[in-house]
Amino acid sequence: MKTIKRSIRTVALVATMILTVSCKDANKNEAPSSASNEVMQENMDSSKNMAMNNSQNAMAEAILKDYFNLKDALVGDENDKAKMLGGTLAKSLGNLDKSTYSESQQKELTDIIEDATEHAEHISESDIKHQREHFKILSKDITVMVSITGTATKLYEQFCPMYDGGTAWLSTKEEVRNPYYGSQMLKCGKVQREIN
Amino acid sequence: MKVFKAIAWIALISFVVIQFFPTDRNESYTTPTTDFMLVNKVPSKIENQLKVSCYDCHSNNTVYPWYSKVQPAAWFLEDHIKEGKEELNFNEWSDYSDRRKKSKLRSIIKQIESGEMPMDSYTLIHKDAILSENDKKVVIAFITKLKDSLK
Repeated sequence: MKTIKRSIRTVALVATMILTVSCKDANKNEAPSSASNEVMQENMDSSKNMAMNNSQNAMAEAILKDYFNLKDALVGDENDKAKMLGGTLAKSLGNLDKSTYSESQQKELTDIIEDATEHAEHISESDIKHQREHFKILSKDITVMVSITGTATKLYEQFCPMYDGGTAWLSTKEEVRNPYYGSQMLKCGKVQREIN
Repeated sequence: MKVFKAIAWIALISFVVIQFFPTDRNESYTTPTTDFMLVNKVPSKIENQLKVSCYDCHSNNTVYPWYSKVQPAAWFLEDHIKEGKEELNFNEWSDYSDRRKKSKLRSIIKQIESGEMPMDSYTLIHKDAILSENDKKVVIAFITKLKDSLK
């Protein structure tokens, strides 16, 4: 009887282990879903820059679009959507073609992409509080990226003095919609710089 | 009863079988020159604290507990260590760019502040890895200073 009891316990343990492992894998695979591809497709179609023959710039624009979609999800307090879009962004970051930039720019871009990808990946698997923490540094990375790649779109760098000692982000609209607080303090912040 | 017995046998057999699956052990007896402690001036108290509380999963050398030889515990540990090193490897500190160092330092501060790290499942067994409120303050102050020293 004793052995049986012990074995049952072992079964339970093994089962838990297997479940934990498989659930985890499932989560990981979830992020880049087909829905996210649709979003990206949409962005690509709507992006005027696609008309340009410069595919490399187009990739930077795609990254920006993904970043703005993510930002909007955070503005809307949408944790799950932000997870999905974080995954999408992580993917498009990997597609940036750096070949025509100078050596030092390439080095910096590689570094930015590596850092930004890590933050985007974390966003794809975190609760909203963490997502916002990572979005702060991600925003910094994307801002530096834009300073190298440039963009055809007019951008506004906005700033919220309240979040984590003062935090910036990028937006395509002049109107402030705060991604760090969402509905809690939707309009907290100001435009601190215009790009283009 | 019969069903129970059958399940028990299956469990027992699978338990024995999984013992034969090897895991990669995270062990290294030399400290690379890129190590966090070698490239930064770390006060010895903090150095000791970080080594006890973080290095098992965030470096190339784990001090393994006895049950690490038994499956499925070994898989569990292997998985955690792999993930931990991907996030942050103190042994490879100077290989990170300044940008990434800052990102990592910032995450270290956030995770210690919120008590997410060291993980509960780790401190459950490693009682000495628990950081007291005061320990946290001292470590965070040091990490913050280090972060601010990077431009």
